[in-house]
Amino acid sequence: MLSIRNLKVSIKGKEILKGINLEVKAGEVHAIMGPNGTGKSTLAYVIAGREGYEVTEGEIIFKGRNILDLSPEERACEGLFLGFQYPVEIPGVSITNFLRTAINEQRKYKGLDPVPAVEFLAKMEEKKQLLELQEKLASRSVNEGFSGGEKKKNEIFQMAMLEPSLAILDETDSGLDIDALRIVATGVNKLRRPDNATIVITHYQRLLEYIIPDVVHVLFDGRIVKSGGKELALLLEEKGYEWIRSES
Amino acid sequence: MEKNQNNILEEVTTSDYKYGFHTDIEMDLAAVGLSEDTVRFISAKKNEPEWMLEFRLQSYRHWLTLTEPTWAHIHHQAIKYQDIIYYAAPKRKKELTSLDEVDPELLETFKKLGISLDEQKKLSGVAVDAVIDSVSVKTTFTDTLSKYGVIFCSFSDAVQNHPDLVKQYMGSVVPSHDNFFAALNSAVFSDGSFCYIPKGVRCPVELSTYFRINAANTGQFERTLIIADEGAYVSYMEGCTAPMRDENQLHAAIVEIVAMKDAEVKYSTVQNWYPGNKKGEGGIYNFVTKRGICKGSHSKISWTQVETGSAITWKYPSVVLMGDNSIGEFYSVAVTNNFQQADTGSKMIHLGKNTKSTIISKGISAGQSNNSYRGLVKVIKRAENARNFSQCDSLLLGDKCGAHTFPYIKAENHTSIIEHEATTSKISDDQLFYCKQRGISSESAIGLIVNGYAKEVLMHLPMEFAVEAQKLLAISLEGSVG
Ligand SMILES: Nc1ncnc2c1ncn2[C@@H]1O[C@H](COP(=O)(O)OP(=O)(O)O)[C@@H](O)[C@H]1O
Ligand SMILES: [Mg+2]
Repeated sequence: MLSIRNLKVSIKGKEILKGINLEVKAGEVHAIMGPNGTGKSTLAYVIAGREGYEVTEGEIIFKGRNILDLSPEERACEGLFLGFQYPVEIPGVSITNFLRTAINEQRKYKGLDPVPAVEFLAKMEEKKQLLELQEKLASRSVNEGFSGGEKKKNEIFQMAMLEPSLAILDETDSGLDIDALRIVATGVNKLRRPDNATIVITHYQRLLEYIIPDVVHVLFDGRIVKSGGKELALLLEEKGYEWIRSES
Repeated sequence: MEKNQNNILEEVTTSDYKYGFHTDIEMDLAAVGLSEDTVRFISAKKNEPEWMLEFRLQSYRHWLTLTEPTWAHIHHQAIKYQDIIYYAAPKRKKELTSLDEVDPELLETFKKLGISLDEQKKLSGVAVDAVIDSVSVKTTFTDTLSKYGVIFCSFSDAVQNHPDLVKQYMGSVVPSHDNFFAALNSAVFSDGSFCYIPKGVRCPVELSTYFRINAANTGQFERTLIIADEGAYVSYMEGCTAPMRDENQLHAAIVEIVAMKDAEVKYSTVQNWYPGNKKGEGGIYNFVTKRGICKGSHSKISWTQVETGSAITWKYPSVVLMGDNSIGEFYSVAVTNNFQQADTGSKMIHLGKNTKSTIISKGISAGQSNNSYRGLVKVIKRAENARNFSQCDSLLLGDKCGAHTFPYIKAENHTSIIEHEATTSKISDDQLFYCKQRGISSESAIGLIVNGYAKEVLMHLPMEFAVEAQKLLAISLEGSVG
C-alpha cells in the first residue's frame, strides 16, 4: 500500500524529517507516536503533497507508484485521505455540497459520471448513522463554528464518504471526550477492510485502547526510532518519552 | 506557497470571456454624436408624443450644464460623448406575433447564452421581455399577466399605451437632473421595461428581462420603471451577457421603483457585461442609477445584485424609505478581475418612522482589479427609531488587487441605531489545501469557497437565477481564480 524509503524533508532549509522508512500493507493499522514537534504532522502533509516542504531525498511509493510528482488532488483521487489535526473552516459551503463536489471530482478523475443524487444522499444517511452524527450537521458549513469534537467527527465522516485506500489520521483523538473518542474509534474500526489501511498519528496511548494497531512506531526528532507491536504503546505510556530520548 | 497560489489565480483569471461572440443583425442607426437633433431623431423614431420629446430635450439641455462626476474610485480615459451612436434598433419589417418570426440569428444568440425564449417559455414559466440593443423584440406571457391586470411591456409601448402612468412616475424617483448619467439617459434612452402591478395583486410569475449590448460603438441607455400599487408584490429579474468588443461601450441605465403602501418589490440583477480583455482593453462602462422609493407605509424594496462584468461599474442601488415602517434591503456580490474596476454600494435614506434597512455587500477582487464599496446611510430628524445594519466584506484573491470601503453615515435622529461591520479576508492556503486533499482541483476549490463566501447574498436570488449566478461566479473567476 505505502512504502516510504529514506525520506528527508526540510522546511525553509531546516531538516525536519531525517530519513523515514515506513512500510504499510493493505489491511493494516499503524500508529505513529511521538512528542510534540518531532515531525508527525510534517510526515502526514508530505505524504498528502502539501506545498512548502522540500523533499531532499527518498521516495514515497503509494500503490506501487512514486507519488512525489503528483499534486495533492491527484493523490487524493488515487485514494489518499488525510484527517487534519486542525480542520479548516470553509464558511458558507455546506458539508453536503463540499462532499458532493469532492466525490464528483474524484469520480471525474476515474472517468466516472457524477454520483446520482439519490445514491449520494443514501450514503450520507448511512455514514451519518455510523458516526452517530446529528441530523442537521450535513447542512452546516464545513467546520464553521464546530466544537473541537465535531470537527474531528466530521473528518471521520468525510473519510467514510470518500472511502480512501489509505487514511492518515493526524491527532484525531486530541480534543475528544471519551464518548466522542469511542464513536470516532468505532467508526474507524467499522471502516476497516482488507483492502485499505490506516495510519493513526497520536501522542496519547488512549486512542489505541479503541483502535488496535498492528504496528506502533515512535517518531523522535525526525526519525522512526522504534517500531513494535501494540505493547510498545503501553510501554511508552508507562515510561514516557524521556525513555525514548535516553535510548536514542 | 503564496507565490504558487498567485500563479493559480493568474492562470485562472486569464481565461477568455466565455460569452464573447457577436451577432450580425441589420441595424437601424442614428448618426454619430449627440445634439438636439439626435434627441429629436430618437423621439421621432419611436413615434413619441410631444411631452416625451419635451422631457428628453429638457434633460439634454440640463446635461449640457453638467460635468462627469469624479468622486468614484475609478479611472478611465475620457469618454468621447460625440463619438457614440445613440440609437440602434434591429430592423424589423413587421410586428412579430410568434417566435417563428424572430430573426433566427437572434434566437441563436439566445441559445448560446442558454436563455432561448422557447426554453424559457416552456420550462420556467418566466415572462421574458428580451431587449437586444434598443428595441424589445419579443414579449411573452402578456396574456397570463393581463388576466391579473399586470402590465409588463417595453418602455416604448408603455409610452404609447399607458401614457398617464408613465407621465406620473417617470422621473419621480430618479429626476432627470439627478446626476450626469441620469440626465444623459433621460435625454437619449432607447428602450427598457415597464411594469405595473395593480392594487392587491401578487404577480404570479417572476418577471425577467435580458439585456444585451450588441451593436459596435452603440451606447446603451435602458430605462426601467416598476410600480407596485398598494399591497402588490412583484419579483423582477434583470440579467445580461454581452459579446466581445474592442471599443469601450458606454452604458448608462436608469431603474426606478415605486412601492406604495404594503407593497413589495424584489429586484434581482445578474450583470455580466464584457469586462475587457486581460490587458484591460475594451469592456463596458456601466454607469447606472437605480433607486426605489418606499412611498407607502409598510412597503419594502430589496435589491439583490451579482456583478461580475463590465470594465467599470458605477452603481448604487438605493432606497428612499419614505413610508413609516418601510424596509429597504441591498444584497450585493461584486467580482472584479484583471483590470476591472467596480465602485458600487447602496444608499438608504430614512425619512419615515421605524424604517429599517439592511446592506450586505460582498466584494471579491482578483487580478489587478479594484473593488470599492461606497455606501450612505442617512437618517433625517423626524425619522424616529430608524435602524440600519450594514456588513461589507472583501475577499482578496492574490496580492495585486485592491478592496476599499467608503461607508458614510449621517444620522440626525438620536433614536436611530446604525451598525456597520466590515471584514477583509483572503482565501487561505490552508483552505485550498484542505479542498485539494479531498480531491477538489484548485479551480473548483476557489469556485466553492467564493460561492460559500457569497452565499448570504445568493440566497436572496430567485432559485433559477441563483443557480445561474453560482456558475457565473465560478466562470468569472475561472479566468482569474477558479
Ligand atoms: N510551516 C512551518 N514552518 C517552519 N517550521 C515548521 C513548519 N511546520 C512545522 N515546522 C517545524 O517542524 C517541526 C515538526 O513539526 P510537526 O510536524 O508539526 O510536529 P508534530 O506534528 O510531531 O507535533 C517543528 O519543529 C515545527 O516547528
Ligand atoms: Mg502535529
